[in-house]
Parts: sequence; C-alpha cells; structure tokens
Amino acid sequence: MKLNERSVAHYATCDSPADHTGFLRKRVERHHHHGTSYQRRWFVLKGNLLFYFEERESREPMGLVVLEGCTVELCEAAEEFAFAIRFDDAGARAYVLVADGQAAMEAWVKALSRASFDYMRLVVRELEKQLEEASKSLAACRKSPRRSSSSGRKRHLSNPALQPLQEKPTTLENGYSTWSSGGCVTGGATCPDHDGGQTKPPPLPPRRRSAASSATGSPAPGLSPAMLESPVPPETICFSKLHNWYGQEIAVLRREWQERQKRGHP
Amino acid sequence: LRAGKGLSLCPLSQPCPAPPVPAVLKKRLVKLVVNFLFYFRTDEAEPIGALLLEHCKITKEEENVFSISFIEEPERKYCFECATEEQCQEWVEALRRASYEFLRRSLIFYRNEIQKMTGKVSESLQGPAQVSLMALGASRG
Repeated sequence: MKLNERSVAHYATCDSPADHTGFLRKRVERHHHHGTSYQRRWFVLKGNLLFYFEERESREPMGLVVLEGCTVELCEAAEEFAFAIRFDDAGARAYVLVADGQAAMEAWVKALSRASFDYMRLVVRELEKQLEEASKSLAACRKSPRRSSSSGRKRHLSNPALQPLQEKPTTLENGYSTWSSGGCVTGGATCPDHDGGQTKPPPLPPRRRSAASSATGSPAPGLSPAMLESPVPPETICFSKLHNWYGQEIAVLRREWQERQKRGHP
Repeated sequence: LRAGKGLSLCPLSQPCPAPPVPAVLKKRLVKLVVNFLFYFRTDEAEPIGALLLEHCKITKEEENVFSISFIEEPERKYCFECATEEQCQEWVEALRRASYEFLRRSLIFYRNEIQKMTGKVSESLQGPAQVSLMALGASRG
C-alpha cells in the first residue's frame, strides 16, 4: 500500500514536539524461527503514530505503528518490563516491546494508552461540553444582582444580562456566591467585604448611608431591614424575582416621597 | 479498517504540474479515517494507498476541486475533483480538522477558555502528555 512516505518521514523527524521517546527492545517476529529475539530501537510517539528508528540519529524511521483500534497491556513474556500493543483486528500482528525498567515501562504504557485519535477526540468533546456548561452557568449568574464599585442605583435596574461577557470570572467569587444572609442587589459604592463567607448583610447604597444625617435624600425609616436582607442567595435569583425585589424597594420609596409631598416637604 | 467518512472523488493521480499537461483523472473511492486519507479503486476492498494528514495544507482550487500539499514539498499537490462544489466544501472542512495536531490545538484552546471562565483548570480526562507541556509553554509565552 502506498503512503506519502516522504511526508510521513518528515513528520517523524521534524522538531514538532513528541509525546514520548525512548529506547525499547522490540521483539522480532519470525515465523520459522524457534527462538525469540529482540532488537533495540529508538521509538518516537507523536500523536497516534509510533515511529521506530534503527538508531537515535537515523534520518528516517524504519517503521510506523498506527495506534488506532488497539490495546496496550502488560504481557507475560519471559522478559521483564514487557508490554504489548494488540489490535482489535485479530489478523494484525502484535508488537511486543521491552522497556529498560519499571518506570519506563509504566510511562510508555500510559503514553500509548492515551495516544489514539479517538481518545483525543473524546477529550476535546468533553472539554467542549464543559466550556458550554461553564458559559451557561456564567450567564445564569449574570442574571443575579451585580455589584460594582462604580454603579449607582440606576444601574441595577438595567438588565444585568447585558453585562459584557469579558468580565473576569473572579467577580463571581467576589462575595456574590458566598452571601448567606442574602440581600445583594442594592448597589453600593462599596463592594462587599472580602472576608470569606461574610455573615453581615451587604452595605447600604450611598443614598441610605447619608440618610442617617438626614441631610440628603429621603430617610428610609419605612424600609424594613428585612427587605435589605433577602433570604434568596444571589445565584438563585432569577431575573423576574430580581425585578420584584427592586420593585418593592421602588414602591416603598415612592410611597415615602408621596407622603413627604403631601406634608409639604420640598 | 473502521468505517470513516466515505465519499467518492475523482483524484488526479499525479501532482498538478506547471506546464499544461492533460490531466489524468482516475476515479477513486476516498475515505477519511482519523488522520489518514485512504483511497481505493472503486471495486476493491483494500486501499491502494493513504495520505497521512499531518503538517499539510488543504487548498480550495477551482470549482469542485481541492488540493492537499505537505509542508516539506509545498509545490507538490494532490488534487481531487468532487462531484459538486458543495461536496468539495465539505471535504475541505473535514480535512482541515482531520489532523491530530488540530485536535491538540483545540484541546489547548478549550482548556484555556474554561480556565479563563471559571478560574479552574479543567479536570477532564487527562490528555496526552505533550499537551500539558505545550499549554505551559503557551501561558509562559
């Protein structure tokens, strides 16, 4: 069978990184020979291809084993540290190889077991799924209230889902998922403290802070503390709940404002 | 051979030379199996030959035609003519993704993306040895 040998040889000998290299003794397969003999060869594993060279310095490989549809197992040869590459296709010959020692044998068996294209494809697909799941849960977390040091109240009424996707994942660890006493949502000039698993409620937004002095903004006596401490942790708040929570806050403030208007306050 | 994707193409049996020479088209059954492109005479079960698809470039040529060339001999092109342009595009896409090296790069890409997103190194099935080393190199560089 023809093969693009020149390209194959080039791939075998070029300086693209190899997955594993080393000397192994390869059992010589002879039909009419009664004894078993081994020949020391230089082996290079690249991807799903196991090349072997007569010498380490040889410019061309002697042979190539395609590691698809095969198993790698320790074998009970007379030789110590022997392992075999056997193919599902029963007609195909097996390769019996002998390593220099226990560590070398284990390293080769491990490397060869993972070498197939199919295995690599499996790993990539698994990672693809993980990436998809990670971005989904990231999007879900984004729906929950977001706190940022520069945001004012208005910002929280905007759709958190429109946040840029490039936000660093560290914001997730930034106290959002550790709030047990809940609340969240209200925007603060200050970020939550970074003490792990904070137990105190989140700090009040700027307007309420200054309410104590009663100089600016409306006081918030009508706002019960309970409203600031929503029992629902941020990461489980869905967008509609979020709006409800804000909605309550707004309703109370409006009521207060209207009360003040009635009383003739400016 | 495990069954791979099989489509019938009409490959040119020789490289496309510079001076205009009447090209000889030979009809072949072509099968992509992992990173090898096997080709068969249409009535035979054993392949005539195979092309290892590592360090190669897939080029869309004129209508219905694509070529494969290898890094160490870029002027030598293995040309293939397909039945339709659509098939041709399918083949080009499939062949570009067919190398082990492509999978390796994909693996590194996904690992990096996951790490960026979650801050965690993925605990997936452990990939081949060289991937870890290459990933380290990438982050250092």
